[in-house]
Amino acid sequence: MAIKIRVNEKSWTVASAPDTPLLYVLSNELLLRGPRFGCGLAQCGSCSVLVNGVETRSCVTPVAAVEGKSVTTLEGLPAWYAAQKKLAKAPALHPVQQAMLDEQALQCGYCYNGMIVKASELLSKTPQPSEVQIRTAMNGHICRCGTYPRIIQAVQRASRAMAGASK
Amino acid sequence: MIPRRELLRREFLKTGGALVIGLNLRGVLPAQLAERGAKAGPPDARQIDTWLAIHADNTATIYIGFAELGQGNSTALLQIAAEELDLDMGQLKSVRLDTNVTPNQGGTYSSASIQRGGPQVRSGAAEARQALLQMASKNLNAPVGELTVSKGVVSGGGRSVTYGELIGDKQFNLAFTGSAPVKSPATYKVVGTPVPRRDSPDKVNGEYVYMQHARVDGMLHGRVVRPRGQSAYKAGAKVLSIDESSIRDIAGVRVLRKGDFIGVVAENEWAAVQAAAKLKVVWDTPPALPGSDRLYEQMRSAKTQDNVVTQRGDATAALSNAPHVAAQICRGPYQSHAPFAPNCALADVKADSALLMSSTQDVYGTRTGVARLLGLPADKVRVQYYEGSGTYGHSCYDDVAQAAALMSQLAGKPVRLQFMRWDELGWDNFGPAHVGEVRAAADASGKLIAYEYEGWQHGWSNTETTSQLTGAPTAEWPGGAVQGVSALNCGGMYDVANLRLVNHKLPVAEYLKGGWLRSPLDLSFSFASEQAIDQLAYLLQLDPHEFRQRNIKDARWRGVLDAAAQAAKWTPRRAASNVPSANQSATKIVTGRGIGLGTHLASYGAAVAEIEVNKETGKVVARQMYGAIDAGQVVNPGNVEAQIGGQLVQTASRMFHEEVTFNTTNVTSLDWNKYPVLRFDECPQVTPVVVQRLTERSTGAGEEVMAAAAAAIANAFFDATGVRMEEYPLTPARVLAALTKAAPGRA
Repeated sequence: MAIKIRVNEKSWTVASAPDTPLLYVLSNELLLRGPRFGCGLAQCGSCSVLVNGVETRSCVTPVAAVEGKSVTTLEGLPAWYAAQKKLAKAPALHPVQQAMLDEQALQCGYCYNGMIVKASELLSKTPQPSEVQIRTAMNGHICRCGTYPRIIQAVQRASRAMAGASK
Repeated sequence: MIPRRELLRREFLKTGGALVIGLNLRGVLPAQLAERGAKAGPPDARQIDTWLAIHADNTATIYIGFAELGQGNSTALLQIAAEELDLDMGQLKSVRLDTNVTPNQGGTYSSASIQRGGPQVRSGAAEARQALLQMASKNLNAPVGELTVSKGVVSGGGRSVTYGELIGDKQFNLAFTGSAPVKSPATYKVVGTPVPRRDSPDKVNGEYVYMQHARVDGMLHGRVVRPRGQSAYKAGAKVLSIDESSIRDIAGVRVLRKGDFIGVVAENEWAAVQAAAKLKVVWDTPPALPGSDRLYEQMRSAKTQDNVVTQRGDATAALSNAPHVAAQICRGPYQSHAPFAPNCALADVKADSALLMSSTQDVYGTRTGVARLLGLPADKVRVQYYEGSGTYGHSCYDDVAQAAALMSQLAGKPVRLQFMRWDELGWDNFGPAHVGEVRAAADASGKLIAYEYEGWQHGWSNTETTSQLTGAPTAEWPGGAVQGVSALNCGGMYDVANLRLVNHKLPVAEYLKGGWLRSPLDLSFSFASEQAIDQLAYLLQLDPHEFRQRNIKDARWRGVLDAAAQAAKWTPRRAASNVPSANQSATKIVTGRGIGLGTHLASYGAAVAEIEVNKETGKVVARQMYGAIDAGQVVNPGNVEAQIGGQLVQTASRMFHEEVTFNTTNVTSLDWNKYPVLRFDECPQVTPVVVQRLTERSTGAGEEVMAAAAAAIANAFFDATGVRMEEYPLTPARVLAALTKAAPGRA
């Protein structure tokens, strides 16, 4: 019995076996480039997606485990944000994505899938996090290029932008 | 409207045998580009058309031979072209680095893109502009000297014409002589400004095609099967037996073998992952390594190949007569490139040719290695560059490329090979371990009079593991200078009459594979050297910044030193002057600040670190770091600030956490728990300082402040505790041991 999953508000029938980690389904069947392989051990955050709004490591999550749940990837964050904020139209970028650009935070950028997904989750729950809260929330995500300081600044910037948008 | 993703998916499903994600989906592939790609590279660097093309719509394509590794060179090199061509950044694009398409500018290492590639791009653009002005002169019937150009529109004699109208998509057919005058830096409008990076937008929205995303139709997913963690380089890995029945229950998997090289391929990636983990292979594992705990002892007692790197005056005599002598040891561990994503490659090998997609730092170097392994002439192998995650030197990109090529050859199909985390951390070409011993002396007036450095380390391995496992002999990387004691970092910035630098080279065959890791060996050199300098300042009761100022003549070293000190609001005081009062109080957390100098091959770096040491737990955390680089003309100060920030954080990671561990048979630091790197919780605030010198030649900025930062951390530790560390990383256990040794009973 093929598994059906819902990703970025679209339904997909999965050809892979139920125990296949979600990451391989997203990468090889849906051809999404947001979630990406980093360690396969849930240690780095490269493969993060939101499952029902909760940041989840897709490299160790069997695809069967997300059946009936809503998966949001980097690509779906603007629409996810619009739905949360009840905006008529999804912006081109989630405020966290925009803030990463505004801060010129990226170097290789490979870890930014996880960084953006995790920061979006954080701001959805804690709209105005302290610096300590940001560091704590983001601590499961590694950036080997060492761009953490600009990521922190970008999360703060996004927080301000989202507060402004709600007023 | 059909979402792009869906289009892509449909495209993927319906396309037969053609590259899909390999193409630039955002624009039509120009016929010109396809034509270029059909011919074996490299294209002729003596032709202007190899370097750029002007299109009918008054835009230009700049062909660049350097890899975007995350450092932003793909933006900065276009700035140089925009400046010389009088085009806006928006009118420029570049294409994928490709052995058949882009010029051979050498590899992207030693922070060379701007230093070596900048002048080439500048000169080519200037020559094209000169030719365009001559065409415009005829077209407008106005002398060249009276023409002005803005955004590719040439005006003169009351009329104007665009570059596109002058040559649009036609070839220049012009020899590249390098003789056209380039613009004066005083007139720069684009160079020297922080143009936002061109690659970032696609990287935040999921459009960017990293190496790990490349797919071709009909391909198989591959994984390698190796012992978990390498042994000594000479030992390679020997297969005693394989039991293919161990993966019988995983459908659709094929085992590939050549000599001691083993891989698995499957149409389904997860099947390949599972099979590689489950395939039962018995490896011969004789003890061939000293083990981490005996490493430095073996390095110091082994037979070495010695040479004097630099000698002037008589350092030994000066040291024996000096009133103030400092001695400092450094034991620096093997460290891993540890790219955030393990390397990946995709190969499609046919009987007489091969296409390789790779995140190599050197497409031509990789081409040579792969061609040799496949038994093909180099010009039958085409290598296309896809950015992976940051690599910081010779990580496993060549090895994975060779393995993908070999597996494709064996399987008769395209193979996408993704290394697993343990493959990457276990089979890296590690930044070699180092033992350094330095002695430095000053006279009573505070003048540095003697300096002596002896260093022990091995060089780099030059046979990729894939080749080695198929029978290729091990070889050492040729050339020695950057693999041994550095005359720049070991006293080079100081004005000292008596100096002697000795290199003790160890045989890499007996140790782990070695490779260049961002600022190779420099962190160790400066950890030793700059602590010795700091010790002299302490002995002379001088502020460490002031002592350095007194002993540096070179204006650029002085400039960068002062820039870092100024950013940190450095106030003069003797190091460790707060230690007595801290010892009197009950406080467990003490703070310190340190300053240091260092570089890699060119440029000038200085750093200040402010750290906290928990004397009870031994935990050390950097709270604030300042880094200054003088890299001559900085094309994009925004990029260089970002590079400085990244280097400071990565150095903190390397000084506090990173250490490759191994027993007598295998490397054991195979995941992020066993090879921890700095995370958000301990990340310092960073303050980058770019010392801009527009009229000086550009030199590297991607690795030139790490040595200084390592030294600043070591000196800050002394300032906080009054104790000198002789070994890094400064892990809690090592710190507690040092504090206890210095003051038994107190710590």
